[in-house]
Parts: sequence; structure tokens; C-alpha cells
Amino acid sequence: MSHITIISEKCVGCKLCVGACPFNAIEVTEKKAKILDDCTLCGACVSSCKFNAIDFQKDETDASVDLSEYQGVWVFGEQKNNQVSQVVSELLGEGRKLADKLSVPLSVVLIGSEIEGQAADLIACGSDNVYLVEHESLKNYNDESYADIFVQLVKRFKPEVILLGATTYGRSLAPRVASRLNTGLTADCTSLDIDPETRNLLQTRPAFGGNLMATIICPNHRPQMSTVRPKVMKPLDPDPARKGKIIRPDVHIPTELSVKVIDIVQTLCEKVNLTEADIIVSGGRGLGDPKNFVLVEELAEVLGAAVGASRPVVDSGWVDYSHQVGQTGKTVGPKVYFACGISGAVQHLAGMSSSDIVIAINKDPSAPIFKIATFGIIGNVIEILPELTKEFKAKLV
Amino acid sequence: MNVIVCVKQVPGTNEVKMNKETNTIIRESAEAIINPFDEYAIEEGVRIKENTDGSVTVLSMGIPQVADLLRETIAVGVDNAVLLSDKAFAGADSLATAYALSMGVKKIGKYDLIICGKQATDGDTAQVGPSLAEKLGIPHTTYVRKIEQITENYIRCQRMTEDGYEVIEMPLPAVITVVKEINEPRLPSIKGKLKAKKTEVMVYNADDIGADKNLCGLKGSPTQVVKTFVPEHEISGEIIEGTSREQAQKLVQKLMSMQFMTCK
Repeated sequence: MSHITIISEKCVGCKLCVGACPFNAIEVTEKKAKILDDCTLCGACVSSCKFNAIDFQKDETDASVDLSEYQGVWVFGEQKNNQVSQVVSELLGEGRKLADKLSVPLSVVLIGSEIEGQAADLIACGSDNVYLVEHESLKNYNDESYADIFVQLVKRFKPEVILLGATTYGRSLAPRVASRLNTGLTADCTSLDIDPETRNLLQTRPAFGGNLMATIICPNHRPQMSTVRPKVMKPLDPDPARKGKIIRPDVHIPTELSVKVIDIVQTLCEKVNLTEADIIVSGGRGLGDPKNFVLVEELAEVLGAAVGASRPVVDSGWVDYSHQVGQTGKTVGPKVYFACGISGAVQHLAGMSSSDIVIAINKDPSAPIFKIATFGIIGNVIEILPELTKEFKAKLV
Repeated sequence: MNVIVCVKQVPGTNEVKMNKETNTIIRESAEAIINPFDEYAIEEGVRIKENTDGSVTVLSMGIPQVADLLRETIAVGVDNAVLLSDKAFAGADSLATAYALSMGVKKIGKYDLIICGKQATDGDTAQVGPSLAEKLGIPHTTYVRKIEQITENYIRCQRMTEDGYEVIEMPLPAVITVVKEINEPRLPSIKGKLKAKKTEVMVYNADDIGADKNLCGLKGSPTQVVKTFVPEHEISGEIIEGTSREQAQKLVQKLMSMQFMTCK
């Protein structure tokens, strides 16, 4: 069985490993480190030890899979209402780099009904092939049928890397598919790279609410699957002259489905999808009163931005939960994020710290939000917001 | 109706600080809690039980100490607590976790619905729920914000999406993962607390549930962590001074010059 042990003769009780352990699972007693039951075998301690006193015995997983059979990078072409989601072009931008490093083709799997018209755009955005599966029953995303078809395609064409958007659909489809294929899946990757020697995908993702980053590999299984949050990767500039192939693979379309999508409801309160927004204006408790939330909405209106909110104001019923940004709400990554009267609790930061530019408006100069702010305004948010709205209106019209 | 709720023990805080000199993590020692999203799963399970008759069983995989946390759930209406604990489970990724839980579910036997929180706050992967459903060969729906109807044979629920929600029907047994909008968890009752004290948590090891150790823990995990590090937040923040009006003008000017604010 895999285990981590301290080599007692080498350990000097320096406690470096105690600091390196993300799980508080090492204790030093009588100048010797001891691994506690909380150990998850993550291995973070091993490299921290300057005395080679930590022994990590890993049981190798059975490498029964012939890794070389698997070639190519795939992207799941998520679509809704016959419109390919924005995250797909971002995945293609990143997928292109990975495919070039591996010297393999980049392909999109596009499942839907009468969706062929979208294929040209996908090729323009960097794809070499589009695997197109069309059937009237596939118009809307369905966990059961999409997973079934996706698995059929993977088994037939054997890609080595599959990228999916970390969206509602992607985060539901990916674990279902990975579980059926008994392969590895890494959620919410923020950076991807290839180890040229092993062809392993190096998947870096945040853990502990973004306070720790982990690089993860899937060395003995294929395909290597990752989900990537929207707005993290950069799309290529579409090139309509790019050439690519549309392939219509012969797959079995499951018709007797037990999971049925009865209705799809778009709630009207959101003009702009938070997770895909370029600009977000968010309001927090510093606004003082629910009626002041309109100041946030007015600024958002002028900027064509989405409206976000911190947990306390959602819990107090000022705005709907669908606007909540943070660990228990949505994770966003806009170009510009306005935090208005938000102090910046770690749970909130976890949901928005990947924004390119953060603007913090708060009366408390010691508020944690200022630590991650590109621009900070210390002052009364109720006075500043209308000034900002006025100023932008004058400049943007 | 018999409900199984899967829960995970997570650290009470996600605060991780870096010691710049030694380049190591300073972790505030924090007490362990039940993953906050799982509290909603427990509440929903208890409500279903109250409306339909049956039982709620919490199921977790973890170190022996997790038993104490599981016992606390009895105080809010859970009937049975099952803990899968074995050195062989250590180092499990979401696939190996889903496998072990699926064997635990089979050991428990009779169930109509499995509820999980939408994700755990330490790993944030949201993968175990759907992966577990696959291992059990039953359907699943993620991000459930409301159960519209549940009968002996099927469930109709609302799944939250980016721009609204979908209404989905599935036959039972099935797995759902729930978001916090679904309910407001109750506080433990005095009577419940007393009951919790007396309740025995069933602890099973890998052999008890008939798990193949090759599929458990680190050995059964296709993914491996090769490196962990604390991200550097290198932000040279600029504080904008002046009256409200001046602050607004300066900020707008700065943003316009960065050409982000050109779209309307």
C-alpha cells in the first residue's frame, strides 16, 4: 500500500515539512517528525525536506493502457440554443498550443441538432477537425445521451487530451465520462502545459479556495481530461481562411432516455451572463441599504456589465442568488471587476481573484479587497458610484 | 423513501499563508467541519424523509475522527451514519473516492435517492457526485436548486444553469447534487443532540464493503499531484485620492486609457 514515512535517522526535527503540509498532518515530537492519520498522500512534504528524510512509496497504478494508441487533442463543443458557448473558442486557443506541442491535430466534438453551421467558426478558431453528431433528440444538452455519444467517440478515436468548459454542462458531463472510461479528470484548470518527454498534460488548478495551487498529472491513463473555467484561456483571432475537416462519425444515437429535460427556463433578471461577462459591477454590504443597490445596477447598465453581489447581500435578500460571486456562488474572471462596498472575505476573493483588473471602492482602508485591487478608492461608495456612472456616460456616449 | 447523503470533512478555513523566507505554507490550524454544501444536502434528505417516511443515512469516506462529525448530523434528523475508513482509501482522487462511496452505497443496500453537495470547499471539483452515479449505473443531475416533485419512481427537479434553470425528470434511484438555494438548513434540536450522543457510527474498512484495493486510494487514482505552491498575488495596487468626484474622474480616465471600456 502507498505510504509516506519519516526516516528517523535522517530527520532533524526542523519542522519544514510541518509548514509544507496543506493538511496539518505532520507533527514534530521529540525532534522527530511524525505523519498523522490525516495524511492524504499528496506528497507536498517530500520536496520540502532538506535532509531526504521523507520516504514516499507509491504503488504504481497498473499501466495496462497502451498510451501511444491515444493521439490528438479534443475540445467539447458545448452549445446552447444552437449557439456554441464562448468558452469553446477559449479552449480551442489553448488546445491549439497543446496540439502543436504534441504535433497532433486539434478537434472539436459538436453534438446537437442542425448545428453544422457552427462548424466553420470552430475551424476558424483553430480546430483541424469537427466531429459532428446531429440528431433532433440532441438539440438540448442531456447528461445521458451526450455522455453516451461522447464515450463512443473517445473509444473509437482515442484522443490523448480532452478539454471541457467548467460550466454547468461541462462539470456534469466530464466526471460522468471520465468515470465510465476510468480515467483521470482535473477540474477548473487555470494553466495547462505538456511535458515533452512523457507527453503528460501538466494541469495546474487552484485548491482551498485559490489559496493553494496544485499541478496534477494523469500518467498512466488516457485520455487525460480537464475542465477549464470560462475567461481563463485566450481565444485565437478567428481566421476564416483556415482549413479543416468536418467528420460525421457513425455513432449509435440513444433514443430510450431515462433522463428527460422537460423545460429550459431563462430567468430574465440577468441581461449579461456573469460567468462570461467582460465587465462585472458587484455590490456588497457597504452599500448600507437595499435601495442603494440600484447604484450598482446603474453603473452596470452604462458599462454593459453584469451585476454581481457578495454573499451577505444575497443572504439578506437584496438580490437573487444567481448574482452571487464567490465560493458559494459563481466563479468569475472578467477583464474588469468593480467591488463596491465589498470588504473582500476570502470566500468572495475565491470567486473573482482571477479578474484582470480589480477596482475596489470601500470606506475601510484595511479591507482585504484592497490587497488584490489594481485601483483602490477609499471613500463613500454611495457618493462615488453616481459620479462614476455620470463620468462613464459622458465618455462612452 | 430512503435517502443517502454523501458528506465530506473539510478544513474550517481555506486560509493558507506563505512563509516567504522558508517558502513553506503556514496553515492556521483550523478545526474540521462538514463541507458547507453538504449541510444543504442533509437538510434536503431530512425533508424528503419527513414527507415520505423512510430514513436518511449519511455516508462519508475519511479518517476515523470523521465519525464525530457524522454523529452531529443525527441532531438535525439523520437516522444512520456510515464511515468508510481504511488506510487503503488514503490519497484518493475523485474517481477512487466515487468508487469507494459506490461500494459503501451497495453495502447500505436499500436507497431511492443519493444527495451530495454541489462540491466540497477544499477541492472544489464537483466531480464525485456524477462520478458516483456512473459507478452505480444510475442517472444524475447537478446543481439542483429545487425538487419540484418526488414519488416512489421518479424525481422532477430544477437544475441551475448560467442563465436560468432547467426542469429535469429522472427515474429513481438517482443522484442529485444541490446548491445552497435549495433550502435553509435547520439548527440541531436538543432532543436530536441527545440522540446523537447515543448513536453509533458504523465504520467499515475496504474489506467490509468488498472494495478492490487496486481501485481505492492513491493506487486507484489516475491523477497525481506533482507539485503544490502558494500563488503569488503580485498586485501593485494604486490608491486613487481626491474628492469623490475627482476619484471618479481619475479612475475613468485610467480605465479608458487601458482601452477596456470601449464597448457599450
